[in-house]
Order: sequence, then C-alpha cells, then structure tokens
Amino acid sequence: MGTPDLTKAQVAEQTREMDLLRFATAGSVDDGKSTLIGRLLLDSKSIFEDQLEAVESTSKSRGYDYTDLALLTDGLRSEREQGITIDVAYRYFATPNRKFIIADTPGHVQYTRNMVTGASTADLGLVLVDARQGLTEQSRRHAVILSLLRVPHLVLAVNKMDLVDYSEEVFEKIHREFQQFATKLNIPDLEVIPISALKGDNVVNRSENMPWYEGSSLMHHLEHIHVASDRDLVDVRFPVQYVVRPKSDDHHDYRGYGGQVAGGVLKPGDEVVVLPSGMTSTIQGIDLFETELEEAYPPMSVTVRLDDDVDVSRGDMIARVKNAPKPSQDIDAMVCWMTNTPLRPRQKLAIKHTTRTARALVKDVQYRLDVNTLHRDQETKELGLNEIGRIQLRTTVPLLCDPYSKNRTTGSFILIDEATGVTVGAGMILSGS
Amino acid sequence: MTTATHVDYRLSQLDELEAESIHIFREVAAEFEKPVLMFSGGKDSIVMLRLAEKAFYPAKIPFPVLQVDTGFDFPEVLQTRDNWVNRLGVRLIVASVEEAIKDGVVVDDGKTSRNRLQIGTLLNAIEEEGFTAAFGGGRRDEEKARAKERVYSHRDEFGQWDPKMQRPELWSLYNGRLHEGEHMRIFPLSNWTELDIWHYIGREGIEIPSIYFSHQRKVFERDGMLLTESEFNPLRSGESVEERTVRFRTVGDLTLTGCVESEADTIDKIIDEIAIARVTERGATRGDDRFSEAAMEDRKKEGYF
Ligand SMILES: Nc1nc2c(ncn2[C@@H]2O[C@H](COP(=O)(O)OP(=O)(O)O)[C@@H](O)[C@H]2O)c(=O)[nH]1
Repeated sequence: MGTPDLTKAQVAEQTREMDLLRFATAGSVDDGKSTLIGRLLLDSKSIFEDQLEAVESTSKSRGYDYTDLALLTDGLRSEREQGITIDVAYRYFATPNRKFIIADTPGHVQYTRNMVTGASTADLGLVLVDARQGLTEQSRRHAVILSLLRVPHLVLAVNKMDLVDYSEEVFEKIHREFQQFATKLNIPDLEVIPISALKGDNVVNRSENMPWYEGSSLMHHLEHIHVASDRDLVDVRFPVQYVVRPKSDDHHDYRGYGGQVAGGVLKPGDEVVVLPSGMTSTIQGIDLFETELEEAYPPMSVTVRLDDDVDVSRGDMIARVKNAPKPSQDIDAMVCWMTNTPLRPRQKLAIKHTTRTARALVKDVQYRLDVNTLHRDQETKELGLNEIGRIQLRTTVPLLCDPYSKNRTTGSFILIDEATGVTVGAGMILSGS
Repeated sequence: MTTATHVDYRLSQLDELEAESIHIFREVAAEFEKPVLMFSGGKDSIVMLRLAEKAFYPAKIPFPVLQVDTGFDFPEVLQTRDNWVNRLGVRLIVASVEEAIKDGVVVDDGKTSRNRLQIGTLLNAIEEEGFTAAFGGGRRDEEKARAKERVYSHRDEFGQWDPKMQRPELWSLYNGRLHEGEHMRIFPLSNWTELDIWHYIGREGIEIPSIYFSHQRKVFERDGMLLTESEFNPLRSGESVEERTVRFRTVGDLTLTGCVESEADTIDKIIDEIAIARVTERGATRGDDRFSEAAMEDRKKEGYF
C-alpha cells in the first residue's frame, strides 16, 4: 500500500462499464405484469432455450394458442398450484449498457408488505394499469407506496393498448388523471408510456401503431435514466460495520474500519468525527483490498483508516465535523407493519438501524395512513398487518440517523420481534431527537 | 473546492455487486458466532472466497471453509481448492459422504445420487460443528425456485427451508436472529448472474479449476449428456468411450456432471460462448436437476445448498 494508485483514466474506464438499475414492478392481477416481465427477459435474450421450451410445452398442454410469457416468471410450486404469486421475486436481465434487477411484487395477499420490500432497494418503480380500466384504487396505492419509500423515478405503463385500438384519447385521459394525482405525492420524476406487453408495442421498440406518442419505449427509458445522482453525495455518512485488525507480523499496526459508504464522498486528509463519542480525527487512507483509493462514495464497501488511535467499534458512524447526524433516542417515523399481531403502544421490539442494533419502546401510534385516500386515521391506536402509520419510538441507545427523505440508508430501520426473531416492521425516519 | 475525479460518481455494476457482497460478508462475520463458507470448488464458491478475502483484507478470513467430499470429485477441483486454501491460510473442513454413509448418517440405497446424499452429510457437519451461518454460492438467476430466495435464508432445527418462514428483507438491513439449533444460509451472490461471475473471474484474474476450460477428454454419452470416463462410472452396455474437445460448465459429482463440446480455452471465449449458448448451466449439465421442474424446490426444502 503506497500512494493512491487508481488513476483518473482507469476510473473513467471503469465508469464507462455497464451500470446497474434496480426497479420494482407493481400492478393488479391481470394487468399484464408477468407478460411484460416475460417480454423484457425474452427481448433482451435473457431467457434460455430450455426455459423457453418448458414454457412452450406447458402452454401447449394447457391448450393455449400462444406461448404464455407469464409462465417464465412463475414461482414456487405451492403458488403455482394456487395460481398466484405471494412473494417478492427477483429477475435479472441486461442490455449492452445496463444490468437490471427487477423486484417483482405480486398483486394480492400481503400486498403492501411485499411492495414495501421490493421498493426499499428500487431506483425506479414501474406501475402497470389496464388501459380498459384506467386508474384503479390499487394503482393509486402502488404510487403512494413508491413515493413513501422515496423511489426517485416512477413509470406508469398503460398496458393492453391493443385492446383499446391504440387510442390516444384513452391514454391521455389516464395520463392526465394520474399526473393530477401525482402532484399530491413526492415523485421527482414521472414518465407515462402506452404499451402492449403482449404485442410488444413500445416495450423495446417505438410502436408504429401509436404514431401520436412521441416519448421513448419503455426499454429505452429504463436504459437511459440517470440514477447515480439520486444518491446523497454531500453528507458524509460511514456506518462502521467491522473492525479489521490483522494482528499479523506483516500488518502489525493495521487498524481499519470496514463499512459501506451511506452518503457523501470520503477522501484521505478529511477531518472527521466519530459518533456517538464525538472524537475527531483525520482520514489517513481508504482501502479497497490492495488498492488505496483517492475517494469513496456510495455504495462502495471500503476500509477506512484514521490518523489517531481513537476507539471505534461496530455501530459507530464516521461523519464530517460540521455535518453529522444528531444522536437520537426519540424517533418519529412512518412504519409498515408486516405481521398478524398488531403494533400497539408500550410494545417492546428490537430495532436494527445501519450497523447498530438496540431495543425500542413504542411510545405512541399517532395515526394510520389510508394508502388509498391518504387520509390520516387518528382514532386507531394500533397498526395491523400491511398497514402503514406514523409512530414514536424510544430507543435504549442513540441512533445516528437522518430523515429518510435525505438518506434512504441512514433513514431506514427494521423492527424485530424479540421472541420469534421475525422481521415485523419497516421504518422510515421523519426526525430524531 | 472539490476535484471531481468522477464525472458523475457512477459505479460499474460489477463494482456495485462486489460492494454489496462484501457488505454481506462483514455483516455475517460481525453478527454470527460461527459462520462457515461452503466450498464446492466451483466458480461460484471461488468468487465467494475472493469476495471474503477482500472483505477482511489485510486480515485473514475469520471463518473456516467447509467442503463436502462426494468421493467422486474431479482431481483438478481438489487441486484448485488446496491452492486457494493454502494461499489464504484458512482452515479447511472436509465432510465426507463416504464416511457419512459408513457412520449411518446418510443411507446409500444405490438409487440416490451423491449430490443428494450431500444434503445429509452437510447438515450433519453443520450440526456437529455448531455452525450458525453457512455461506452458499447460490444465485437467484439459476432457477425459477431461487428467484424468491433471501440473502439470509432461515433454516429450522432440521435444516429445512420453509417458504412461509422466510423474513422480508428490506434495504440492506439483514436480520440474523436465530433460535437454538437453527442456522442461516447466506447467499452473498444472490444478485450475480452467470455472466457476472465470469466477468469477475476474468477481471480479477483468479484461479479456477482447469476443467472449466476446453481440453481433450475421454467421454461417453448417457441420457443425452457427455460424461467423463472414470473408474467411478462403469460403462453400461451400448456405451462407448471416445476422445472429444470439451469443457465443464459446472463442477460436482463427476458421475453426474456432464461436459459440453467446446473450444473455449480462455475466459473471454467462455464469455462469448455463454452469451450465445441458450441453455442454463443446470439444464445442460446437472443430471439430478432434470427429473422434474420442481426438483430443485424439493431439494431446497430438504436443506440442499
Ligand atoms: N391483449 C392484450 N393482452 C394482454 C396484454 N398484456 C397481458 N395480456 C393478457 O392479460 C392476461 C393477464 O396477464 P398476466 O401477465 O398474467 O397478468 P399479471 O397478473 O399482471 O401478471 C393474460 O391473458 C395476458 O395474455 C396486452 O398488452 N394486450
């Protein structure tokens, strides 16, 4: 390990490589979500011959006239037998420019829980509607959840355009209606695209059946949307995950802090503060395996070395002296509840926030949010399965947190039932004190 | 003033996958008492080892490596395993199917494949050593039944996987809570595809078993697969051996792992080949996966990797 040896040219070379887009899909049953995903996989040549043959033969044996692309994304056997999908499934495809990870969230049972899970890691949300039906209560709910989870980009795909004679009028009506609704939500980037998942219109190529549509195809949009700038590159947040101490003859005095950058850009020479102790130091070096880096930014996993022999351990956070999160034990947050027994005041739970685990007491359930109407129900003092609401927590140790709207990593937490060990809640921090 | 060395602070997708996997390795090492890495000697488990090496560098990997020896492993694979283990200085534990049969841990009825007998052998080793987390090289793109697999996959005290018991996984916040006797399978390569694995091996320039590359081999055909000639795999009537130019796409029990005819003798050529070969690695060359569409799911429930 000598001087930094990653040159600008090498870095430029690296950034030219393929990048990654994670998106979550949502739609009511029969809107055509499976067909669309099947088509994206097929047209990007991500389907293998043996998989396609299996689907073709199943389609034939069921007496279908065409190959049911929806079968390509069909999941576990019990679900197959019930004919429904009940869990988030992840699919992969790539084009020459980009790799895509789809979090495919099903349309019915346990709906909110699955969608929240899928949306938590998504850069983009794709909501499907059936052109014949227009916006439904469900499509509005999908958009609300995506905006709550701060998914920065949203695409509304108006599907089955072939069944409405590719009518501009039908499309425009849905488009206008949705845009109006979206003004109530927090959606920084919205695109509405008319498609036919079955026929392929505007999926990969621009459709000749809809000359009135001047936007790009769905695939083109997915390929070109800019996502790196969605991350917080200003506020340095480095949750310490693991202390690297070789204790070997070669690296006798090495002491580094392993973690994944959650925000900002870290550089050697930066003056930093370690929370919650408040001790200050300077970054001596940033290592990624045998390479010393000039800088580290989200979501890189690196090892940070400090100049001083300060006491740092897992659960601590490295930030900038003049820009650090406030250690908070009173947390105000939106929570999605994911288990049958309701969330109630006085309940005690385990909480995991970045690399820190603590216990939390539910002080209050302030309101339940009706995700269809955005109405705040202040009468109910509990949250049931698949419900979302605003709660107050008191934690045993301070959390080093930011509002979720500022940082999706330092602003999120999960709640764990201490008896069963199951993850029962997903939280998005509004503020801490 | 900031000097922008990166036009837009983008990470390549391989770098992003690497960062995610390193995060998972560190999280498990920090939160579990006794992790172990399940090593088959195949390309996926080698990539896992590489990522673990990076996660803790310059310290050594803080957990041992467990290999299930089917008794029918390719010698080239065992050689590569030894090279890796020696270079990294990690402890290697070998759980032998042969010995598990001898000790009555699993029953060889002559019909059950070695890949399948591995399940019992593996669960026994995990229980005996008291491992609480076992890293596996499974990827979600391999098979439909895996698409819903979590990164942290919970196993009950019988080592079984229950689809209904799996916990929702949000952001990068993993829940590692366990009860006595339970353990967690950890899949740090969940979001990698077969092509990603090859690009990464190429980029890192790391050693993989030579049988992945094109070579001359004495083979015979059985059930539409090309199997290697071996004392463990006696010829049946009508089968005959001939020399062909082949390579393996997966490594495992050599009596069941087929090879494909191929001239690809470099990583780049293998990548080119995969990019146009339209058959999944499992579909092509894993004898025991082909019996039913749901075979994989069944084996997973029993505690298969
Ligand atoms: N005409 C037409 N039918 C479609 C289109 N997309 C999906 N479908 C059909 O709608 C039905 C439901 O589609 P599917 O993909 O299974 O819906 P999912 O429940 O949202 O996954 C199937 O019969 C599809 O063939 C489309 O664009 N046009």
